[in-house]
Amino acid sequence: MKEYIDSGILELYVYGVLTHQENVEVYKALQQYPEVAQEVEEIEKALQQLSMAAAPYSPEKMLTKIKSKLEFTGDDEKVIPLSRKRTPIIAYIGYAAAALLLVGLLFQSREVSKLETQISDLEREQILQEGKTQVAEENLAATKEVLNAIRHKDVIKVPLAGQAVAPQAYASVFWDKASNKAYIDVSGLPEPPAGKVYQVWSLTLEPLTPTSMGVLDTYNAEGLQIIELDNPNASEAFGITLEPAGGSAGPTMDQLYTLGVVSS
Amino acid sequence: MQPDELIAQLQSKNEKAFERIYEMYSEATFGIINSVLHDEVLSEEVLQDVFCKVWDKAPTYSPKKGRFFTWVLNIARNAAIDKTRSKSFKNQKKNQTADYFVDILEDKSNFSAQIDAIGIKKYIDLLEPICKKVIDLLFFKGFTQKEASEKLEIPLGTIKTRNRICINKLRESLTV
Repeated sequence: MKEYIDSGILELYVYGVLTHQENVEVYKALQQYPEVAQEVEEIEKALQQLSMAAAPYSPEKMLTKIKSKLEFTGDDEKVIPLSRKRTPIIAYIGYAAAALLLVGLLFQSREVSKLETQISDLEREQILQEGKTQVAEENLAATKEVLNAIRHKDVIKVPLAGQAVAPQAYASVFWDKASNKAYIDVSGLPEPPAGKVYQVWSLTLEPLTPTSMGVLDTYNAEGLQIIELDNPNASEAFGITLEPAGGSAGPTMDQLYTLGVVSS
Repeated sequence: MQPDELIAQLQSKNEKAFERIYEMYSEATFGIINSVLHDEVLSEEVLQDVFCKVWDKAPTYSPKKGRFFTWVLNIARNAAIDKTRSKSFKNQKKNQTADYFVDILEDKSNFSAQIDAIGIKKYIDLLEPICKKVIDLLFFKGFTQKEASEKLEIPLGTIKTRNRICINKLRESLTV
């Protein structure tokens, strides 16, 4: 730093004859090093002495002229009242009005922010409702689709009655022979225990031959509970058994929940 | 120390602050103007203009640009140099002989209380001719290093250090 100070750059900084770039550098050094700042102060003090000495006389008296040129009002002294008496009532009314206005503005701004919160709450609610509506519409469309499918004139309805293991259970198969689709209504089946699934079988009777149509692993107690499966078989009966998760190659007959014969 | 608080008040158009700033800087400013013009009447005129400008332009001052003293100094130098181009100045200049601030100092007998008169006198006595020229051009006239080196025919690289030596002597004279 001593070298920097001795370079003489600080004198030229106080003179104001450095380039912009050099000026920025000195300013940085001033912020960083107290000894540089100290040096600048001392240089400035010396230069002030030197320039003052070059004045013909002290220009104190010219201040009045300059003040009148600048149209000074002298108001700065009146800003701080010296005593209560000197503060006119109009000033108090002014302060009161200002305070009242401030209170009013604060109140208004709080009201505005309250309303803004309400609007954003409502907007959020609306988005939520739109989402719900969309889901409902999708559900409705899916239901209509299934309903249209099982209403078709070629569709055979096969009721499946509850068997020994679950006498209360029931199900229906709506079988569209033309499109080889079967819609299984499982709303009458109890919810399967954990680790178990229902498996749907197509049966031919003489001899009894089961063919798996699929596993109802998308069982959903809340949903439509009508499951679409492919059935390209020449089914004579349908059965539903409870099987371990993933299904079995052949039906576990003592877990036969429902069974129904296709009426010819 | 630079009166930062006062400068901030000046910038927000406080008349009292302006008066204090005037007390602190007017005599030095007057000296700078006078060392360019060497004329009391014209210097008074320019001083008034300069402080009107200080009042008007104060909000544009920022410590990042430099010292407040430097800022006022710049306004004063520019205003004084502008004045040297005026007709009234050119008419009077014919009789002028003094070229350096030193001539003013040598002629001066009454110093105001703010000045360390003994120190200044001492400085004038031991001031080398080259210092007179260097300080006059760089400080009082605002020449750049390059301009000063061309005018004085001394190498550009030595201007800065030469000037520091000259100012160091001034500081020594004043502190003793």
